[in-house]
Amino acid sequence: MVFDVPLSFLALQLFIGLQNGAFYALLSLGLAVIFGMLNVINFAHGAQYMLGAFATWLGLEYLGISYWWSLLLVPIVLGLFGILIERALLRWLYDLDHLYGLLLTFGLVLIIEGLVTDGFGSSGLPYDKPALFAGSERLALSGLTGNERDFMVVPIYRLWIIVAAVILCIATWYMIERTRLGSYLRAATENPALVRAFGVNVPLLITLTYGFGVALAGFAGVLAAGLQAITPHMGSNLIIVVFAVVVIGGMGSILGSIITSFALGLVEAITRIAYPEASNIVIFVIMILVLLTRPAGLFGREA
Amino acid sequence: MLRKTLLATALGASVFGASVFGASVFAAGAMAQSAIAAELSDDMVKIGVLTDMAAVYADLSGDGSVLATHMAVEDFGGSVLGKPIEIVSADHQNKADIAASKAREWIDTQGVDMITDLVTSSVALAVQEVGREKNRITMVTGAATSRLTGESCSPLGFHWAYDTYSLANGTGTAVVKNGGDTWFFITADYAFGHSLEGDVSNIVKANGGEVLGTIRHPFPSSDFASFLLQAQASGAKIVGLANAGSDTINAIKQASEFGIVEGGQNLAGLLMFVTDIHSLGLNAAQGLFMTTGWYWDLNDETRAWAARFEAEAGKKPTMIQVGTYSAVLSYLKAVEKAGTDEAGAVAEALKSMPVNDVFANGGTVYPNGRMAHDMYLAQVKTPGESAGDWDYLNIVRTIPAAEAFQDPAKSGCALSQ
Repeated sequence: MVFDVPLSFLALQLFIGLQNGAFYALLSLGLAVIFGMLNVINFAHGAQYMLGAFATWLGLEYLGISYWWSLLLVPIVLGLFGILIERALLRWLYDLDHLYGLLLTFGLVLIIEGLVTDGFGSSGLPYDKPALFAGSERLALSGLTGNERDFMVVPIYRLWIIVAAVILCIATWYMIERTRLGSYLRAATENPALVRAFGVNVPLLITLTYGFGVALAGFAGVLAAGLQAITPHMGSNLIIVVFAVVVIGGMGSILGSIITSFALGLVEAITRIAYPEASNIVIFVIMILVLLTRPAGLFGREA
Repeated sequence: MLRKTLLATALGASVFGASVFGASVFAAGAMAQSAIAAELSDDMVKIGVLTDMAAVYADLSGDGSVLATHMAVEDFGGSVLGKPIEIVSADHQNKADIAASKAREWIDTQGVDMITDLVTSSVALAVQEVGREKNRITMVTGAATSRLTGESCSPLGFHWAYDTYSLANGTGTAVVKNGGDTWFFITADYAFGHSLEGDVSNIVKANGGEVLGTIRHPFPSSDFASFLLQAQASGAKIVGLANAGSDTINAIKQASEFGIVEGGQNLAGLLMFVTDIHSLGLNAAQGLFMTTGWYWDLNDETRAWAARFEAEAGKKPTMIQVGTYSAVLSYLKAVEKAGTDEAGAVAEALKSMPVNDVFANGGTVYPNGRMAHDMYLAQVKTPGESAGDWDYLNIVRTIPAAEAFQDPAKSGCALSQ
């Protein structure tokens, strides 16, 4: 027993916290990458995540595309959709204040959510995850605690979410911080004019970055499809929290976003045990405290 | 600046409202003396459908309720006392403040005589107060809280389709009598959830059961894992879901991950609509008990009405949408009977007429504004039993009106003491 709570119960709650953190990580990563490169606050990120879930459902319902193929195809389709948005709309706003990008993407949210609600209703659609992921497994904790009776129930699908998110986060971090392409990206963020002088196609880089960020949101949408009802508003409920996560971590910091996401998932989990009514404000309370003490965020650079 | 302007508008509106109220009370008195009938304000009757057009409850009410209102006006003949009937509608976004200011605007500047649907309990409570203050009829079909005809009742407020008491009475009683005598509640943290949880708790205790614990979740929520685990840890036989719409859907969907039903606990969805079952799929929903005020497949009349609705809306109606049809039809009949659209006179007429239409058979309106009619305890079919889309429910029991709804004398409403 820890804090009057059985260990198996606490372990599972923390596990759920990590799984929620995994969603925060995937989404805040995309936001951070987009903000770092384009200086655009992508308010449409939640709607793009929702579209990922709807695309997964549509693929299965009308084209017979399995969950596994969706994991690959949906991010590609969403990425192309993102590229289209960037080329057609966002690129006109780079010289203007942040606010214009935010307003444009917010407008996109209203249009996308409205169209989806009109087409599919607001109650949500059912999606059956692959049988492989159904149910849960028991995991013995006796090796850890010495007590034969200590065990933990691990829902398979949620375990998969954590694994998939961690792999993708590490891959993204590696690509940006450790590869040549990533170094172009970082350099173009610092000084686009100079990088262009070296013969790097900066506008293309920007377009691809936005497409990649949107693809990440689409991937998170596929993961969510197996977990919850697919509704037109699933993104807007989540994205506000993700924005708070990004602010706490520090705008534009890749590693900061990832670490903050998982940590806040855990904080939320503990709040859900201690005082459930506060579970969706705790992150905002932390955001206020961080903004008061470190305005650039925990991992952000002071401007 | 904006705040000041809003405040000034609100103050102005309420002063104006008070004078309208005074004037119409005077008019009613004058009318009673001289017995002049056929007095309609603005030479028409205007009905406002205030609902959730795009968020979580849009499928249960929303456009479908507007359609049902049009159907009622059409079936009534398109005019009342020789004057036209108009319909307006608006989205309240499930926010009580938006709903209340829209209601004031409608009444003050557009001559709206009656407001209906009002899904979401916090919205319904706020708009019923606006109706009381401005002398207008409100007919709640969407919201559930029994406070509307209890402590917060209004002489001009009517509650039509269902309420938390009748849901609690239907599902709660049935479950306890089947041996489900220990409960844990997962409750949406706002007026509706609290009201439903309270009413079910009373029923459980009255039948000798016990409530082991309660958790209040933010509205809306998409992840119920943590709350479900706490329910599981409580060891209660029944996990009562005192929430609605996508919250209930997500909770039921996620319960299967943790083996809650396999572990011997059962879920009770305390407010479920046919659209929720459609959204969950029968695989996830089969076997659930639910209480409903109406189902499309009750008899030839309901099937015909539902087919007419489906031809326009592309889906079967919920009890809220049919309830809105019934409320609007009853309102128009009452205006005709009273010979005026003055709220006090119409309210009196409504309370004196039985309700007989596709929604209710022999319904009566209690002094506290509650329309009592038969409710149905239903069980969700298995995929094998269902003949296809929308064939979802077996009606297990018809609960007679007098049993389904609370005795008005015990409701806590001052009008029915």
